Order: sequence, then C-alpha cells, then structure tokens
Amino acid sequence: MSFPLLTATAVLPAIGAVATAAVPAARRNAAKALALLFSLVTLALAIVVLVRFDPGGARYQLTESHSWIAEFGVRYELGVDGIGVALVALTALLIPFVILAGWHDADPLETGSKRWRPTQGFFALILAVEAMVILSFEATDVFLFYIFFEAMLIPMYFLIGGFGDRAHEHGEEAASTQRSYAAVKFLLYNLVGGLIMLAAVIGLYVVAGNFSLAEIAQARADGTLHMATSTERWLFLGFFFAFAVKAPLWPLHTWLPNAMGEATAPVAVLITAVVDKVGTFAMLRFCLQLFPEASKWATPVILVLAVISIVYGALLAVGQRDIKRLVAYASISHFGFIILGIFAMTSQGQSGATLYMVNHGISTAALMLVAGFLISRRGSRLIADYGGVQKVAPVLAGTFLIGGLATLSLPGLAPFVSEFLVLVGTFARYPAIGIIATFGIVLAALYTLVLYQRTMTGPVKPEVSAMPDLRARELVVVTPLIVLLIFLGVYPKPVTDIVNPAVKQTLSDVHKKDPKPEVEAAK
Amino acid sequence: MENLIALLIAAPLLGAAVLLVGGRRLDAVGQWVGTLLSTVSFVLGLVLFGDLLGRSAEDRTLTQHLFSWIPVEGFQADVGFRLDQLSMTFVLLITGVGSLIHLYSVGYMEHDERRRRFFGYLNLFLAAMLLLVLADNYLLLYVGWEGVGLASYLLIGFWQHKPSAATAAKKAFLVNRVGDMGLSIAIMLMFTTFGTFAFGPLLGAEGQQGIAGDASEGKLTAIALMLLLAACGKSAQVPLQSWLGDAMEGPTPVSALIHAATMVTAGVYLIVRSAAIFNGAPDAQLVVTVVGAVTLLFGAIVGCAKDDIKKALAGSTMSQIGYMVLAAGLGPIGYVFAIMHLVTHGFFKAGLFLGAGSVMHGMNDEVDMRKYGGLRKYMPVTFVTFGLGYLAIIGFPGLSGFFSKDKIIEAAFAKGGAEGWILGGCALLGAAITAYYMTRVMLMTFFGEERWKNQPTRSPEAPSAEPAAAHHGEHAEPHPHESPKVMTIPMIVLAFGSVFAGGFFSIGDRFLHWLEPVTGHSEGDSPLSVAAVTGATMVCLVIGVGIAYAQYGRRPVPVVAPRGSLLTRAARRDLLQDDFNHVVLVRGGEHLTRSLVYVDHTLVDGVVNGTAASVGGLSGRLRRLQNGFARSYAVSMFGGAAVLVAATLLMRAV
Repeated sequence: MSFPLLTATAVLPAIGAVATAAVPAARRNAAKALALLFSLVTLALAIVVLVRFDPGGARYQLTESHSWIAEFGVRYELGVDGIGVALVALTALLIPFVILAGWHDADPLETGSKRWRPTQGFFALILAVEAMVILSFEATDVFLFYIFFEAMLIPMYFLIGGFGDRAHEHGEEAASTQRSYAAVKFLLYNLVGGLIMLAAVIGLYVVAGNFSLAEIAQARADGTLHMATSTERWLFLGFFFAFAVKAPLWPLHTWLPNAMGEATAPVAVLITAVVDKVGTFAMLRFCLQLFPEASKWATPVILVLAVISIVYGALLAVGQRDIKRLVAYASISHFGFIILGIFAMTSQGQSGATLYMVNHGISTAALMLVAGFLISRRGSRLIADYGGVQKVAPVLAGTFLIGGLATLSLPGLAPFVSEFLVLVGTFARYPAIGIIATFGIVLAALYTLVLYQRTMTGPVKPEVSAMPDLRARELVVVTPLIVLLIFLGVYPKPVTDIVNPAVKQTLSDVHKKDPKPEVEAAK
Repeated sequence: MENLIALLIAAPLLGAAVLLVGGRRLDAVGQWVGTLLSTVSFVLGLVLFGDLLGRSAEDRTLTQHLFSWIPVEGFQADVGFRLDQLSMTFVLLITGVGSLIHLYSVGYMEHDERRRRFFGYLNLFLAAMLLLVLADNYLLLYVGWEGVGLASYLLIGFWQHKPSAATAAKKAFLVNRVGDMGLSIAIMLMFTTFGTFAFGPLLGAEGQQGIAGDASEGKLTAIALMLLLAACGKSAQVPLQSWLGDAMEGPTPVSALIHAATMVTAGVYLIVRSAAIFNGAPDAQLVVTVVGAVTLLFGAIVGCAKDDIKKALAGSTMSQIGYMVLAAGLGPIGYVFAIMHLVTHGFFKAGLFLGAGSVMHGMNDEVDMRKYGGLRKYMPVTFVTFGLGYLAIIGFPGLSGFFSKDKIIEAAFAKGGAEGWILGGCALLGAAITAYYMTRVMLMTFFGEERWKNQPTRSPEAPSAEPAAAHHGEHAEPHPHESPKVMTIPMIVLAFGSVFAGGFFSIGDRFLHWLEPVTGHSEGDSPLSVAAVTGATMVCLVIGVGIAYAQYGRRPVPVVAPRGSLLTRAARRDLLQDDFNHVVLVRGGEHLTRSLVYVDHTLVDGVVNGTAASVGGLSGRLRRLQNGFARSYAVSMFGGAAVLVAATLLMRAV
C-alpha cells in the first residue's frame, strides 16, 4: 500500500495541534514556533500532493479507502480532484501566514494580569481548523465529509469567542460580550445549517444505501439509482442550505460581519479565506454531482440570491464604519460572485469560481492581515480614527493599497482573472444577471478607495503620527501574498490547468454544455 | 524585429518596479533611471518605426505572441502584441512626449522628497499605456486600460496629504470604472457573439476580413455603444466628463502627459481600433458624433469661465478630444483625421501644460490667472513656446492645429445631410469658442498689468503642495523667473511639433497614406468646398480672438472675478455637473447605504434570527448557550448522534 499522502496532510496539523497545546505554559514562544513549523511542513506536503496530482489523470486521485463503520456503510474515503487539490493547497498556503500574522495576538495582555490568554490554545486551534478543513476538501464519503464539516465549528467557536481584538471602542467588557455574541451566532447559524444537512445526509443514505460520493454519482449517471423529483429536490435543499449558510449567501450572511469584526484579523482570514470556502466547494462537489436535476431546478433562485449578495454586500461595505466589518461585507459580495459562477453552469463560470476561491483567499488575506497590523498599532477598528497613515507608514499604506486593488479586481492582479471569467461565464447564459453583477466592479472600487482615502490619505492625525511602519515579521507575511497576487494575475495557467478538467467533469455531471457563440451557431 | 515589441513595455515596467521597490537607496538617481528607461522605450519605438517604413504599406503589421494567459475551455486570452501603423503612431507619441515630460519633471519635481516614487508612477503609466495600444486582444487591452487608470489615480493623488487631491484621485478612478463597466460588457458581448475578442480574427489581419461583420446590426450596435461608454470614461466625454477638471490636482507634468497628451485620448484609440465594429453600427456612430459634438462645446464653454489656468486648459482638452471623438464617429471619413488631431494635440496641449507649469513654477504655484499678467517679459522662453502652442490650438494658418482641426470640420460637413450641417456647425462654433478662451488665457497670463505685484499669491488657508512653494516660501510676493533648461528644452521641442507637425503630416497626405491601410478612408460628400470651410473657420477664429481681445486686452482684468452672467457662473461650476452628481449620486447613494445598513441590522438579521427562533425556540437556546455553552453543545451533539443512530437502525430494520 502506498503512503497515505492525503491523510498525512490532515494528520500532520492535527498532531501539530496536540503538540502545540501540550507545550508548557511558560514556553509560549516554543509553542508558536512549533505551530509554525507544523504548518510549514503541511504546506510542503500539500506541494507534494500538488506535484503528484496529474490534471489529465483520473477524476479522483491519491485515493484512500478503508472500511470504518461497516454497519452504516460509512467508509473512510479520501481523494482529490482538480478543485479539491487547489483548495487543499490554498489552505496549507494560508495557515503559516495566519500563524505568523497572529504571532502576538494571543500573548497575555500584560504580565501579572489575571486575564491570562492561552497562547498555546490559540495556535493549536488554528492547526485543528486546518486539519478539518483539509479533510473536508479531501473526503469523498458524504458522511465523512459531514463530520469534518461540523467538527470544524468547535475550534472556530473558541477562536472567535476566546481571542478578540484587544482594541474596542467601548472597553474590554463590551468587547467580551460582543465577542461571545458573535461566536454563538456563528455557531448557531452553522449548527442549524449542519443539522438540516444531517437530515439530508440520512435521507440520501435511505435512498442510495451508501455514502460513497463516487458510487452514488456513478449510479445516478447510469440511471441505476433513480430518485423521485421531489426527493431529489428536498435532499438538494438540505445540502444547499448548509453550504449557503457557510458560504455565506444572502440573506443567511449576517453572522459573518459579527464573526469577522470581533475575531482577530488572522482568525477573520481563517473564517473567510479558508473555512467559508468549504461551503462553495461543497456546492460544486456535492450539490451538482449528487443532485444534478435539482441543481438546475434551483438555479434561477440561486442566481438571483447570488446577484443580490454581490450588490447588497458591496453597498453594505460602502456604509461601514468599521474596517473589519467592511472587509466582511466585501467578502459577502465576493462569495456572491463565486456562487454565481458555480450556478451559471458554464466552463468559464465554474473555472472562474474555483479560481475565485483561491484568489479571494489570497487577496482577502493580504488586505485583512495588513488591516490587522494597522488596527494593532492604533487600537481601533473605526475608519474615522485614522487619517494620513501613508505619510508616516508608507510601506504599510502601499501594501494596504495593493490588497485593496486586488479586492476591487484590478486587471494584472489575480482576482481580475477569476472575476472576469465568472462574469463572462454568467453573461453567456444569463446576460441580464451578468450585467447587474458587473455593477459590482464599480461598487468594489467605491468601498475600497473610500477606505483607503479615509485611513491613509489627508492630513496626519495626531494619534497615528508616531505609528511605526511594517516590521520584518509583517513584511514576511505580506510580501509573498503580494507576489502571488501578481504572479497569478499575469500567469494563472498553472491553476487553470489543474482546475479545467475537474470543471469539465462537473459540467458533464449536470449535463450542461456551453452556449455556442452566436456567429458560429448561425452558420 | 517583432521580438522588440515586448521590450517597449518591459523597459518602463522595469523602471516602475525598480523605483517603487528599490527603496531610499535610489532617491538620488531615481529621476534619471526613470527618464533613461522611458528614452530606451522611445529609441526602441524609433527602431521599429524604421523597420515598418522599410516595408510595403500592406505588410506593416508585426505580431508577437508571448504566452497563453487565461486558457479555459472555450475561452482563450493570450498575452500577445500587435504593432501596426495605428499602434506605432501611439507608441511614438507616448514614448516621445513621455520622455520629454520625464525630462521636464526632473526640474519640476526637483524639491519633492517623494520624487523617486513620482518617476516610478510615471514609468508605470508608460508601461500600461503602451500595453493598451499594443495588446492584440480586448482583454489584454483592458489590463492596460485599467493600468493607466491606476497610474492616473496614483499621480492625481500624488500629494495625498491634500484632501482635495485624494478626493480627485478617487473620483477619477470611480468615474473611469463606470466606463470600464462598458468595456467589460463589450468584451463579454464579443465573446458570446463571436467566441473571441482577439483583434486578428475579429477585426481582420493581413488583408483578411474579420468576422466582426458577420453579426447582426443590433449586436454590433450594442457592442459599439458599450465601447463608447468606455471611451467616454477614459476620454472625459459627456456624460462621464466630470473627473478631468478635478484631475488637475495632480502635478502639472502629469496633467500634460496623462490628462492631455496620451491617456485621455485612449477612448479615441479604442473607437478607431474598433472601426470594423463601428462601421457595421451606424446608429452607434451617430451617438458617437453627438457625444463628440456635445463635449466639444461643453468643454469649450467651461474653458471660457475658468480662472485657474490648468482648469481652463482641462476644459480645452475635453473640447479637443470632443473633436477627435466626433471625427471617429464619422467612420472612414474621419478616422485618420481623429488620429492626426490626436497627435498634433499631443504636441501643443502638452506644450501648453508644460508652459503653464513653468509659469506656476515661477509664480509660487499660483494658478489663478487673475493674479498673473505681463509675464512675457519675465519668462521669454515660456512665453514664446506657450504662444506657439496657443497659435497651434486656435488653428492659426500654417500651424499644426490649422491642418488637423480643419480636416475634422471638413469631415463633419462631409457626413452629408442635416446631420452634416449640424455637426459641422458645432465644430465651427467650437473653433470660435476655442479662439476666445485660448486668447483669454494668453492675455491674462502674459499681457496686461502685472497683477501679482503687491500681494501674496496664496491665501494661508490653502497651503500649496507644489514643490516650488516650499522652496520659495508661501506668502512672499512672487518673483517671476524663467525655468531651468531641463524644463525649457522639452517645451521648445514640443513647440516645434506644435508648429510643424500638422504641415508635415498634410503635405502630400503623408499621414493619410500611413494610416489608411489600418483604418480605411473615404472622402465623403461635402456640400461645401474646402476653401469655404477654411474661410468659415478663419472667420470664426477672428471673431473669437476679437471678442477676447475686446474683453481682456483692452480693459484691465479685475483681480477678483466679477459675478458674471448666469451662464458664466454655471460654467465656472463645470455647468453644474458636480452639483447634479452630488445631489443624485452621492446623496442618494449615502441614503441608500445608510438605510441598507439599518435594514441589514434590524430586518435581515432579525427575520432570520426570528424565523430560527420560532422554528426551534432558538432564541431561548441562544441565551442558555451563552451561559453554559459547552454542556449544551455536548447535548446537541449527543442529540444529533442519537437521531443518526436511530435512523440507521430503523433503516436496517426495514
């Protein structure tokens, strides 16, 4: 038997989590170093997976399959397709930056303070989330997926509720209250989604008799597994609801601004750049493959909700006073694009959506982490508390601007490629929706540039006049992300090459062909 | 030879990267690095130009394919370049004028502590602008299109500590984004209609007819109108013109290069490049001519009322680009002349802006022409070069503008019918107004009394950002002086272009023969003879100059602007465009977002929470969870697991 590479990519951070948590309380720095080390080795392993993956090969590769709960037909089955492997790589890539950016976020507030914050726990929880997210991207057994999909809520809950921003306009007491509200809201929304999905998972088992994604999809394609139209639709809705909460899709999005606002910046990145991607990924993998007819049935409604998300999220971002909530609403807008691309059911739309997940992860990480550096300097999340920062900290302002330009999808940076693919893929089938979604690019410019103008330009506010520029550790976090944004903007081919075959498969699962160009069709 | 094309772009891109990432070490030499790399690009352009001239007229298209950019099933975007007569013309204009303005900036920005960054941005602009005109497909063109927008944003807001500069930069980017939406939708339409957006198959190459003509007129009209929207944004045409006046917040060399000579003409390039699409969409072409005609009058009227020398010139730019857009909308009758005017305008308008910068440099950065006067004695080189630019723009016989603008007015009449008369009439009227406002600028600045004597030029509430101010102190009486050689030499070179370019292009129809293989050309059917049009233009010129002289030459100019007529007051406020935008878009938008924030907080959040609560009594549970979270969660998990086990057991029983 060959080396279980996929299992290793998840077991490694899991071991790391345990090891980090076990480091004695006094040796805080050793715990951080250990966590970083584990995340880096996981990244190395993910790169091996990426190299070993053959885009032209079988649909699921590096597969592992073991019987687990034989009575219920639950198997431990892992495998990655082009979409999964790209997201595993994204996750493994971002975690070291999250850890490094959050280096001091969980330090004790002050020596001798009673409110000791468990540094070790913070980093252990991040690694635990990484393990579960990676397994969600790799699981090809529906029940196995469900377990990790739900289990990641627990470490996330503690990360949001236990480690907030040190700065709060209404003092530490209020911060603590708001934090636990945000954490519970996050948990309840996702838990409700998860419970509804659980019902659907059980329902699927009742109909199909097993949990294997490959087997069920095959049986559906062969016609050996027949599903009544109404059954398929109910099951689809059960799955989709859970993913739409996680993604999040309007109007199920309200937990995200709370969670991202209250959590520390690195944890906010973890939520939006990593954890939420499981939702959109699962739409592609489970909803479309298992319930192709129901997916097509629900498409019109989903497209409308997605386009509402795009415009609504962007407008709300314009209206925010809080930097982190602004980024959260921008993410809601971006998730609208991803979902739009998935359900446009065209090659460009779905390849674009997958690319979008990767690029959004990198660009949001860049913007949010720099925002975090900024906030940690001034101790406020309010936009109005800043002004003229570029004069005192030009490198910080410059990197913040690049993160912002990526967020508004400036051509030449990675997000442009994916956003344009989503738009053109949507437009090809639904011109009106494509055009409304295009308004998003104007609004994105508005909220990004207003944010930059208010915080970075103008006269220097006295409170920021002594602000130091980016430190070495912070530069190490930001520079690679910016390099990646430029590289993938100029040369996205390595990613599209991996993703394209998987998208082709998915489209054939739902029996959809790309519309032909009019001139060609007329001939 | 075609392998040199990428190097055209690579040189300034390298400069931008080195200057922006290089850090303080390069502070001392940054301006020369930037100027050198810009010049390298110009020299490469000359080499390629020589190569094209050595080929036969039909064989003057070079292509270079670099790599596959976005390969997705059914969708192919490449990084590839196409150099033909049209793009070659732009390359020489961009790198030539660009290098001169780099040189000028060495002097102009001498005392700015962030000079290295300024040159980095200028190089970035050159790279993006070259990408725009060299791209061989619309999506890559889009990269250059937004790239110049970014450079423009960075340079307008270069003095970011001035809130007005930061606001102007943001406004320029946003208004341009509205235009970019048009380009975006145009590309999507091309993709769904033709399956491609590459110039080769779409517009034709090497004598081959493109497939652009295969689509229905309706589709072509839609694409053309979307391209026009894009052009309106970039080229400050009505209704997306509002950003250009504010863009004068940027340093003056930027106004000369980006907001006069090159970037703002990109819209004209886009329309002329897409000739194959516009030719199949006559309705869209009519809209193009209307936009051009309206803008040429709009800009000219605004130019008459401004006392800020740069804003007067900005109105003029808008108006002159209106001429070009009008010509481009005329189809094959006008394409060549649109580009010809674009090139001559590049010379004289860049020269005028550099002259304005030179005046400001000597006047403690005063921009109010009412506080100028009599400067010809103090700045002879600036006066002569500016004066030649002035004569060129008003179309003084024999100078550049005379040839290029006349051709456009002739072409407008040649459109024929009532449309021809209306468009030609507008163009003639525009010529008269141009003569008026430019004479006004000339008289207020260089003639008359020396109104700057015995008064500080800047009010303390508006501290200047232009570097000269810091150098000379702000409240002193200005001591006008000629600018250093590094600034006057570019002005002299541009003045040469302003004088001779038009004649050179027109003798033997050189420019026409050069460009015709790309754009096509037809003569049209003018109801008026060439002599009649020229005569009418001359009459307009004399009337415009005469009125301005009567108002500003024979009477003293008041230092404080008189109240003025209703029209004057409206024109000072850019014909109320900003007031309109403010009331409708800004206020409306603020209300919308503010109410949405409220709706999201109370309604959406409330309804979703409320639904959940009513379904599962969740709100009560929420309270309990907040108290004893861990236990309740364990119970929930246990409950879930129990349901699961029960269900599966049930299954087995069945």
